[in-house]
Amino acid sequence: MKNSEPKKCRKFFGLGIPRVKLEELEGKLIVVEGSDGSGRSSQIAQLVDWLETSGHPTVQVGLKRSTLVSKELEEAQQGNILSRTTLSLFYATDFADQLENIILPALKAGFIVLADRYIYTLMARDLARGMDEKWLKNLYGIALVPDAVFYLSVEPEELVQRNLSKSATLDYWESGMDLGLSRDMFDSFLKYQTTIAEVFQKLQKHYNFEIVDANRSIHSVAKELRKKIGALLEEK
Amino acid sequence: MKTFAELNFPGRLIAVEGLDGSGKSTQIYLLKRWLEAEGIKVYFSEWNSSELVKSATSKGKKRELLTPTTFSLIHATDFADRYERHLLPLLRAGYIVLCDRYVFTAFARDVTRGCTPDWVRGLYGFAAQPDLTLFFKADLEVSLNRILEGRPKLKFFEAGMDLRLSTDPYESFKLFQGRILEQYMSMSGEFNFVVMNANQNVEKQQVLVRKLVGEKIDLKKFKRKTPLPLPPALQGDAVVKEIEEDMAAV
Repeated sequence: MKNSEPKKCRKFFGLGIPRVKLEELEGKLIVVEGSDGSGRSSQIAQLVDWLETSGHPTVQVGLKRSTLVSKELEEAQQGNILSRTTLSLFYATDFADQLENIILPALKAGFIVLADRYIYTLMARDLARGMDEKWLKNLYGIALVPDAVFYLSVEPEELVQRNLSKSATLDYWESGMDLGLSRDMFDSFLKYQTTIAEVFQKLQKHYNFEIVDANRSIHSVAKELRKKIGALLEEK
Repeated sequence: MKTFAELNFPGRLIAVEGLDGSGKSTQIYLLKRWLEAEGIKVYFSEWNSSELVKSATSKGKKRELLTPTTFSLIHATDFADRYERHLLPLLRAGYIVLCDRYVFTAFARDVTRGCTPDWVRGLYGFAAQPDLTLFFKADLEVSLNRILEGRPKLKFFEAGMDLRLSTDPYESFKLFQGRILEQYMSMSGEFNFVVMNANQNVEKQQVLVRKLVGEKIDLKKFKRKTPLPLPPALQGDAVVKEIEEDMAAV
């Protein structure tokens, strides 16, 4: 039998990780992006249930979950010594550790890797802090291009409501308090999340990911994600 | 890459580079002592010394968790922390900053470990070039002996065991250092290294180091306007008595 359809080509964004054989990475890398309160975690939990019941092995990764630096990064964020550069490099270390120790081996073993945020959030945060775009592109040139990226988009006004109803407070970093946009946390949160949404729109044009309207109910967002991921899995 | 002088910083940065055991740390220490005695504003910074990543680095090394990529990133984080919180403000304040290892250590070491050269250079894209970089070049055998004689147990990453060059740490260390030296030499011209003969005796080298620094930098511009007070023990009895009287009065 002749296989006329060329296999979808795996790629790194830039220079990549040396000595990785891309053709061996048979699994799928699916990324769910969005701010805190966008429903990311709930959606991923539902996806894992659905995928595993359908017989697909899955693995999850996310920000600040590396063995190497998650604890140290969390501690550093409680203090006042992180600059935008060290914040960026710290998160990049956390990402690289998971990329090499979880994502790549899992893909090689044919797993579906669900990433609760990926380099897009990291880049958006850094760009909102004025980091050099070229520098960031080189830094995250080590990352693998995912098979699908879904950005759960929620209006900042709705985000603020969801965050407050969940924990009755706003997170310092998710409010962008280090940027000095406003002394008022509520104002700062809205301003910062608006900036992040704008950056994501710019990134979307370049990286071509799907924006999912997540102002809707969990159920209808989940349905849309299942439909799209189902189609992706059938491509094989 | 522009130097701090070209970027109009009031301060100047001097870096020393070389293999482990090349004697560079001794030389920069003696340089520091001289500059301090001359009343010059001087600050010393060492590679991989920032508190920010200390626990992560030591955990990564002890448990052998580091890959070439994370090894590189964690050292870049260390450097960025020192660069932004210490080096830049001090250079703005007109200090002479002495660095025991600079970005060239990463360029040589991380690339030897297998990172892509352009990627590593890009990581450190925010760093300016030192005004003077002294490279201490000893014969490989000489630096190896200095390390291997003094400290019989080599650590995993220090010996480059992660490169799987040899199962014997000593053999691995030798091969690893040899490759790093090649990397250093290949960038020597590009970054204006002043290559020092590190086989020579320590005092002779130091005379030359001081001469080179004096020629490159107009040292009198970096003197403190008000000299640092000497510790009471060195100020003579009269002064100590005066201080004691003041304290008693309070």
